[in-house]
Parts: sequence; structure tokens; C-alpha cells
Amino acid sequence: MLKKRIIPCLDVKNGRVVKGTNFVDIRDAGDPVDLAKHYDKAGADELVFLDITASHEKRDTMIEVVRQTARDVYIPFTVGGGIKSIDDMRAILRAGADKVSINTPAILNKELITKGAEIFGSQCIVVAIDAKAKGDGSYEAYINGGRVNTGIDVFSWAKEVEKLGAGEILLTSMDRDGTKDGYDLELTRQVSELVGIPVIASGGVGSLEHLYEGLVKGKASAALAASIFHYGTYSVAEAKRFLIDKGVKVRW
Amino acid sequence: MIGIIDYGRGNMSSVEAALKKSGYKFVNTDDIGILATCDGYILPGVGAFKDGMEDLAKRGLDAFLKEVAKTDKPVLGICLGMQLLFDYGEEHGGAKGLGLIKGQVKKLTTSFKIPHMGWNSLELKRESSLLSGIVSGDDFYFVHSFKVVPDDDSVVVATCEYGEEIVAVVECGKIFGAQFHPEKSSDKGLKIINNFGKLVERC
Repeated sequence: MLKKRIIPCLDVKNGRVVKGTNFVDIRDAGDPVDLAKHYDKAGADELVFLDITASHEKRDTMIEVVRQTARDVYIPFTVGGGIKSIDDMRAILRAGADKVSINTPAILNKELITKGAEIFGSQCIVVAIDAKAKGDGSYEAYINGGRVNTGIDVFSWAKEVEKLGAGEILLTSMDRDGTKDGYDLELTRQVSELVGIPVIASGGVGSLEHLYEGLVKGKASAALAASIFHYGTYSVAEAKRFLIDKGVKVRW
Repeated sequence: MIGIIDYGRGNMSSVEAALKKSGYKFVNTDDIGILATCDGYILPGVGAFKDGMEDLAKRGLDAFLKEVAKTDKPVLGICLGMQLLFDYGEEHGGAKGLGLIKGQVKKLTTSFKIPHMGWNSLELKRESSLLSGIVSGDDFYFVHSFKVVPDDDSVVVATCEYGEEIVAVVECGKIFGAQFHPEKSSDKGLKIINNFGKLVERC
């Protein structure tokens, strides 16, 4: 039986892992390669690196992080942030990443999804959607690290990225990110039910109950979390034991 | 020496990393002269069946692998690499495979989400030295939208369940295949890589 995945997310800036609260107020939480090795041993199912300042700074630092991680980590990992072209994708995948995640460039240049899927396979292409509630039950997709509202409806965009060839959706609630109030379950459930590709729930995890809710009520294939793991609030093993006790199938 | 067959099908670095970790000597190349000196082979790969076969053929690696199959040298196909070992793939209008194991490669028919992506548990159907130390219920990392359908059930070593039964590991003489990615399946995956290394050393 397929297991629900627990995915620690490492926000990386200048080669160091940080975690922002609502994308501001960033703290340093360690070396990405060491953290990645730690999470592999601790039982994480997958990892995501988000290079949060990639658009402004040199990419080489991240490529080196990817290369070192691929040497020592034997679980799949995704890299996002600053990937704007097929060449960027190739560089990251060649360095040893299993998947690339794209957000802003996917919206500005939809062909990047299709071309990337054709060249590298759909399973390599994750489309990240940063969603913010409008207040009427609908959501809009944001780009540029949450700074720009595209006005695009999240539900129709999710359907479209699937059609364009994405293999997975990384769905972040802008409203919940950094709040520790839990995933936006309504958003997560609706997108998960709408598309035939896996959805990773992201944004807002503050407790183990939140992971459970995202996977069961939100129907996500995977639950992404950062600070609860990085700051040692809970270990991956504690999270998994909690989920197993509640009847969720996870890798153990 | 293990030869990783490089036919331009993406990420070889994780297979290399897993072999390095297991302490086996390997070479990653499309050079048939160098490959001929190896004692066993890993055929990795992601992507489409037809493209995979074309990329092998372009380099003469399809004929090379067919010759290898006549010897005692072990071959391990991973993911697309496993699928290419079979006779025929129906993806994109269909294409002939290497034909080292009798059977077809077909689209998943499950109503579950496709690709089948994530950790799934094996059910062992028979003994295999490739899976030494692995038991039913152990999880491995899968990413695929197509499955192998062998003509002869006796080649099936392990399956997994995803709304349908999926063949996860095959063994036919010295030809092995894993639908999942052992190189991305943490400790238990490394165990399989290690088992394959031992098989090659014994040759």
C-alpha cells in the first residue's frame, strides 16, 4: 500500500537553512547537507530545498549544496527557487536532485512545464502554487515569493498545470505559512480532489495533529513541514508514530 | 567492476552515490569497449519507453545488452531500465524493447493518482538473492505510470499494491529488474544495491 509522505522543507539562503514567518523574520537553522543527512537517517520520506533568495543571488551555491546532498542522501529530494529555464532545470537535476519545483516561471511561461516534462519526465516537474484566500471561498495564485498577486484562480491553475504535464503540486497556503495554525484544509482538500496528480500540503504546521489533518481531512499525498522539525519540537519518528496510532499508513 | 549504462536518460548520480556508499567499483559510460570489460550492469533511467529504446539504439547499447544476456553477467534494470528489459512497451504508439524477459509494458489501470509516486511496501512472492535481507512489508520509493506484465509469473519476485497488483521485482536467470528506485530507498534500498554488487562479484 502506498504510504503518506512526510517531507521536511529546508529553506536555503546563502547555503544555510532558514525558515521565515510569513516570508519575513528569518532565522538560521543549520547546514543544509547535514540537515538532509539527518533527515534521511531520521526516516523522512523525501526532502524539499527551497532556495528563497535564488532570484537575486548566484545559483552556484545551491548547485554545490545539491551535489553534496546527492552524494550522501539516499531519499528523493526536490529543489525549488530561481529555476527559470530548461537549462536551470538540467543543472539542478544533473547535480543530483530528483525533482525541480517551479512557481513564478511556471505562471509567466507555461511552456516551461510542458517542455520540462517532455525532456525530463513529468515525475521531475513539481509546480509550486502559493495560494491566498480571497475571502469568498476562492483563492488566488501569488508569485515572486508571495509579493505579487496574479489574480489567477488557484483551482483552475491546479487543473491546468496537471494538463501541462506537472507530476506533482506543492500547495502552500500564504495565509497559514509561518502561523503554526495548521494547513488550510479546505484549500488542500479541494485541490487534492480536483487533480489526478499528488498534492503536497504546505504552510502552517505547528503540531502533529496538523500533519494528520492535512493528510486525512486535506487528502494530501504528502505533508510538508519545516520549523517543527528543524527546531526539534518534534522528530520525524514522533510524527510518524503519531500518524500510525491514528491509522495513517506511513513508512516506518 | 559494475558498468552503469549511460544512455542519456537522466540522473545517474544517485546510482553512482549508492554504489560508492556500498563500496563497489563502477564505471558510468556509454563506451561499449569499456562496458565489455565489466562484470555486471545497471540499466537505470527515467522517462518514456520509446525514447529510452531509441537512446540505447543510437549508442548500439541495445545490441550490446542482448549479447550480455547470453553470458553469466548479471544485469539490473531500474524503473524505466527494468521496463526496457521486456519485449514491448505500449507508450506513445508502442515500441519494441530489449526482449530479455518475455512480456509487455502497459499503462497503470488504477483509479488512484498517477504517477504512482512514493513509498510502497513489497510483497515477496519467492526467494531471490537480490532481495536477501528484505522482507514483505518493507517500503521502497516508486515513481512510474507504466507497469510490466510478464508472460511467465515465475519471473515475479515481488509485487506491490496500488489499486491493482504491480510487479515490483523480477528475476529471469541473471537478469533482474526493480520498478522502484533502490538508490532512493534509504537503508533498505542500499541493501539491494549491495546484494546486486555481491552477485556481480561472484561472477
